[in-house]
Amino acid sequence: MSTNHETVPFEEAMTRYEPIIGLEVHVELGTNSKMFCSCSTTFGAAPNTQVCPVCLGLPGSMPVLNRVAVESTIRIGLALNCDIATWCRFARKNYFYPDMPKDYQVSQYDEPLCTNGWLDVTVATDEGPQVVRVEIERVHMEEDTGKLTHAGGATGRIHGADYSLVDYNRAGIPLIEIVTKTVIGTGSLAPAVARAYVTELRDVMRALGVSDVRMEEGSLRCDANLSINKPGEGWGTRSETKNVNSLRSVERAVHSEIERQAAVLDSGGRVIQETRHFQEDTGRSISGRSKEQAEDYRYFPEPDLVPIAPSLAWVEELRATLPEVPSVKRARLQETWGINEFELATLVNAGAVELVEASIAEGVDPAAARKWWTGELLRVANERGVELSELPVTVGQIARVEALIADGSLNDKLARQVFEGVLAGEGDVDLVIAQRGLAVVSDDGALLAAIDEALVAEPDVAEKIKSGKIQAAGAIVGAVMKTTKGQADAAKVRALLLERLGVSE
Amino acid sequence: MSSVDADLIRQSASVLAAAISEGEVSSLEVTKAHLARIAEVDERVHAFLQVTSEAALAAAELVDEKRRSGAKLGALAGVPIAVKDVLTMRGVPTTCGSKILEGWRPPYDSTVVARLRAADMVILGKTNMDEFAMGSSTEHSAYGPTHNPWDLTRIPGGSGGGSAASLAAFEAPLAIGTDTGGSIRQPAALTGTVGVKPTYGGVSRYGLVALASSLDQAGPCARSVLDAALLHSVIAGHDPRDSTSINAPVPDVVAAANRGDVRGLRIGLVKELGGAGYQVGVLQRFNEAVELLQGLGAEVVEVSCPNFEYALGAYYLILPAEASSNLARFDGMRYGLRAGDDGSNSVEQVMSISREAGFGAEVKRRIMLGTYALSSGYYDAYYGQAQKVRTLITRDFNAAFDKADVLISPTAPTTAFKIGEKVDDPLAMYLNDIATIPVNLAGNCAMSLPVGLAPADGLPVGLQIMAPPMADDRLYLVGSALESALTDKWGHLLIEEVPSL
Ligand SMILES: [Zn+2]
Repeated sequence: MSTNHETVPFEEAMTRYEPIIGLEVHVELGTNSKMFCSCSTTFGAAPNTQVCPVCLGLPGSMPVLNRVAVESTIRIGLALNCDIATWCRFARKNYFYPDMPKDYQVSQYDEPLCTNGWLDVTVATDEGPQVVRVEIERVHMEEDTGKLTHAGGATGRIHGADYSLVDYNRAGIPLIEIVTKTVIGTGSLAPAVARAYVTELRDVMRALGVSDVRMEEGSLRCDANLSINKPGEGWGTRSETKNVNSLRSVERAVHSEIERQAAVLDSGGRVIQETRHFQEDTGRSISGRSKEQAEDYRYFPEPDLVPIAPSLAWVEELRATLPEVPSVKRARLQETWGINEFELATLVNAGAVELVEASIAEGVDPAAARKWWTGELLRVANERGVELSELPVTVGQIARVEALIADGSLNDKLARQVFEGVLAGEGDVDLVIAQRGLAVVSDDGALLAAIDEALVAEPDVAEKIKSGKIQAAGAIVGAVMKTTKGQADAAKVRALLLERLGVSE
Repeated sequence: MSSVDADLIRQSASVLAAAISEGEVSSLEVTKAHLARIAEVDERVHAFLQVTSEAALAAAELVDEKRRSGAKLGALAGVPIAVKDVLTMRGVPTTCGSKILEGWRPPYDSTVVARLRAADMVILGKTNMDEFAMGSSTEHSAYGPTHNPWDLTRIPGGSGGGSAASLAAFEAPLAIGTDTGGSIRQPAALTGTVGVKPTYGGVSRYGLVALASSLDQAGPCARSVLDAALLHSVIAGHDPRDSTSINAPVPDVVAAANRGDVRGLRIGLVKELGGAGYQVGVLQRFNEAVELLQGLGAEVVEVSCPNFEYALGAYYLILPAEASSNLARFDGMRYGLRAGDDGSNSVEQVMSISREAGFGAEVKRRIMLGTYALSSGYYDAYYGQAQKVRTLITRDFNAAFDKADVLISPTAPTTAFKIGEKVDDPLAMYLNDIATIPVNLAGNCAMSLPVGLAPADGLPVGLQIMAPPMADDRLYLVGSALESALTDKWGHLLIEEVPSL
């Protein structure tokens, strides 16, 4: 295996070459059961515990198509403005590999379920945001393979390994492959367009609720095809970069491949049609399998399944379930919530948009809703390694806490303690407040007693305040908050204190 | 063997079922009688690859217990049955006649086996077959050939020679076969028994180790038309685990078998199936049967199916193509034979060495044919064209069924040939299925039943009845009428004439 480290700096490469990109994105559907059997699809289970004769491809077993997977694929196709086939079939892609239980993959070949769509993506340029339309060639269904782990050996790949282990839990999980048409004319924006496309696609999947689209867990995988050519000349030979496991890597992979191919062409060489593997640490790719001798997959229609023939009525029914297009929705939310692009991006990345929306619908102030979901609650979610939506807290509970803050029964600090209790499973908001005794101390007598106590303890401070140095009041307020264990309204303590000492602001 | 046992093994399944249900005989006695017969003759016949005696006895006792407790029993409760070794049966070795699956014990029941169990039938064991059902003589079994009980030096047909021979040797009153191009019907013809290939999708393929998915179909093997119908109704019907299974009521085959009437029925003689290439004695018995049907009140018409000429060619592209893919999973990685895993070979090499060691010559031949037919650049010329021929054959059938209610032909061009006679001549072997293959390509249904012995060699001749998809009942209506007329003529079923072993 040769690793050519010679590159031409990107800016320089762009003065001589035009890039053409094509992206193949695999999305694992979030169906409860696999594509062709009823095995669970839960991520992270012990190896080979979510298997059955069908997904193990045991002799005699037969596939039965998961209707929800078809439904999700049609919804994806519709969201990407595709035509939905009125009749199509699965095909067998034949090749031998130990991660494939049947030594063929059930996929779609020349009859994809969705074709001819597009997705608009926005990239930032020096002249402001620019919209690029990425055309979609096809969206098709296929089954995932098992997962191989190679032990021993230097490369971590099957050749040279001492032994390899196969986990078939992943085998048969429904996959959707979304293939773009070649994207031309993006010039030096190509890396950004690639990233923006995958980002937008991820948001569409999330909005549709068809996948958890976590690149780090492999539920969204991207292969980037790239070729470059001199202006006015024919298209170059393309390479396919795999193992691109983050949005940032999508951009880096395209970027570095342009630099590499430019160096090859500059030195009079020719780009080889091959698969390359992106290396997260170096930001470059290494050469993999050559595709000069294309493998013959001997596709033919899968005889164990019947054709898929979605009725027009069903397709229209599914079209009616489509959510708002993410880019349109983002613009609307920015407008109505009065937030900037960065603040919105924070919400999107946290997976908090729907939760904030729901909280607002329950009467919570937009700012407060954002504050809770992207602050304290996000911190806990990250700590627990779960999605925000998986936290055991409801929008109703947020609304209740906010109402209690508004009427002075809770302050910010107490509210955090309330959520701490709710998240710990201590019960609903009011129960936690009662059990932890979290109500704000509003009894003036008790507060005055605490103030007097603090003034006696800090006579110097008392004098300062009396002499007009009102900023010194903070020390006394702090002491009172401490003795009341934070259960007082600080503003009220301050007012009582100044009144007590006969000074005014 | 006592005379009671000898009597039990020669009874029809329907008689045995009635006797068991009436308490005249126990399922245990019936089962023991058949196990004793297997022990007595199977060394010479070699119909079985696996005899599951203990499980059979336990199942029989359970049925008897159920009967004593007054529970309602199915129409074939307590009746023993043999199952072709291509259907999975939980915990019991399933080899498909191949070395590559030696020792594999499936963790699940095929739907057919599950339905036999649900009907309280007693499974005696797994029967011999050509490796992965590729063959017409059972000589391609990796475990040695099965012998035809009519003449032990001859083949019993194939691939389901084991199931057919088990019936003719009175080792089992019923058997399950599978038919991809004639593997139920041709052995039935060669052993003087009855075999039915149901409509494609009529019987679940779940758990049937696939040879060619678009052609395979399991079906009943019996010694009489009524017995076949009773078994047909036990195994047929929609199965959600087989997407190609038909979700519609099963035609009432038992009623049809009980009625047996051809009056006013139009019976089509397929011009292309007969004549040159057919043994004189086969044609003679066939023609006599046609006359008999006419005498029973059927209207016999001639029909032409011009595209049947291309059926064999199309079949030997489609079958190998699908088989090359279906058999890919036998790679030594997960189950069955693994060879060459000595640490010096790569995973691809181990796969290759295992397949080289585990598959027989005929299987390799067809895998290579199929791989070639599906290759890019050849696909359209071979697989694509074959699929077009398939459409044309279906059209021929449709046109013929406009003129006739059922079609008939000889089942096989010859009677049983000698073991070893054609084993080195694949093309001669393939021609055995010339009359049975069109039905598999079109997906409709057909039956073979015995119509006499060829005068020259004294071996059984079969007649094939073909009906439209989901009109399986017509097979039984005609088959039963013909069988009654022949029984009247001979004074007994043809199988009674099989020499004692
Ligand atoms: Zn499964």
